[in-house]
Amino acid sequence: MNSFIALIRQDIALAWRQNSAGLSMSFFMIAVAMIPFGLGPDLKLLRDIAPGLVWVALLLAVLLSLESIFQADLEDGSFDQYLLSDTPLEILMLAKGLAHWLGVVLPLVLTAPLAGLLLNIDTPSLLPVCLILLAGSPAMSFLGMMGSALAAGVSRSGLLAALMVMPLYVPVLIFGSSALSQILTGAATGDWINAVFLLLSIGGVALFFGPLVAAAGLRAFLK
Amino acid sequence: MLTYANPNRFMQLARRLTLPVWGLSLACLSIGLYMAFSAPADYQQGMTVRIMFIHVPAAWMSLFVYTFLTVSSIFGLVFRHPLGHVAAKSAALIGAGFTLITLITGALWGKPMWGTWWVWDARLTSVLVLFFIYLGYLAIWTAIEDPLQAGRVSSVLAIVGFVNVPIVKFSVDWWNTLHQPASVSRFDAPALHSDYLWPLLVMALGFQLLFFALWLLRMQTEIFKQKLRVRRLGLVETSNGTAS
Repeated sequence: MNSFIALIRQDIALAWRQNSAGLSMSFFMIAVAMIPFGLGPDLKLLRDIAPGLVWVALLLAVLLSLESIFQADLEDGSFDQYLLSDTPLEILMLAKGLAHWLGVVLPLVLTAPLAGLLLNIDTPSLLPVCLILLAGSPAMSFLGMMGSALAAGVSRSGLLAALMVMPLYVPVLIFGSSALSQILTGAATGDWINAVFLLLSIGGVALFFGPLVAAAGLRAFLK
Repeated sequence: MLTYANPNRFMQLARRLTLPVWGLSLACLSIGLYMAFSAPADYQQGMTVRIMFIHVPAAWMSLFVYTFLTVSSIFGLVFRHPLGHVAAKSAALIGAGFTLITLITGALWGKPMWGTWWVWDARLTSVLVLFFIYLGYLAIWTAIEDPLQAGRVSSVLAIVGFVNVPIVKFSVDWWNTLHQPASVSRFDAPALHSDYLWPLLVMALGFQLLFFALWLLRMQTEIFKQKLRVRRLGLVETSNGTAS
């Protein structure tokens, strides 16, 4: 348990010092801000396509951060220590996933309201929008870490991880953006709250399988 | 299964099987195509109904090959069957090919029938995702050089990606899609007239045999390639040994 908490703290501190969260947040904001340059400043159009845009930009920003989850550990030999430690590798992987969620994805989701303002989402909707993104965020970390672990140690691992993870993100994207469009069209809470539970359950499944797959992938890589 | 764990014994069997399987598959495909073109044109779809005889078998194969790939990967990863990863790798490109054929013929069929090349309904989207998963699987093999390592890592991805297979299969039942639901593999009688059913089944058999023919060929190539790799590494080692 000690190593579990220590690992989470170490990874969050690393994410903070290496500014991984800051980089992802800037990427997210820039990606969202680029859209009006391409589409023209039609506020109504932007509002209509905002749900998909926010999700896609968010997922791309998370994809960019995936490379950093395991790369440093493999390079500096910390990973061999994980294998030698008394704590099962799966538990340590759970810690790494949680740290990625807390250190990178959560700050990213919290910048979403700002991006929402750029896309002409009205202020009362910002809170439910944030809630939906929050519900989808564990799935993003734990599905992402599968791809990250499978690609770890390969040159161009970020690209490879993105290629593997994107198909897995499809359900999150579908349910997430349909819930967002319901909010923006003024549907009642009862209509989109189901999507929140659905996203959370995808997150739950990912929380269970993500560390298992990541541990299997890293073992497969090292053996 | 385990008798052929020895690559040499497998190669012997493969050499003997390749030609007959090719012959059978080409025979089935030619008979199937003849039947397909002599089947009456549909009263509503006209001649375009014949696209079905390529589209449907290819779609079945895209799912079959992925399942085959997953099972081979499990054999490689869990039971350490020495040919498991080779079998999976050899199947992957063929499966991606079948998936691409499904998507392309589907688009060609969709244009006259639905009035559009592509719709984002659940069946089409999930098949597209299947294609992406194939690509991701193949990308691992190109990225990792050591075949044993690549085999282990890619098989983990193959098993994770299998989650999409039931989604493709049942997407037409779970969601209300433009794509029609299953009309052959259902619990009651197939909802397809025998004029169309027979050519379809012959074509499906032909596609199945074609897969095995291509797969046997790729298996042999892959085994040769890996042998070559080991020989080359050996040569490098001996030449280094004499130099130092």
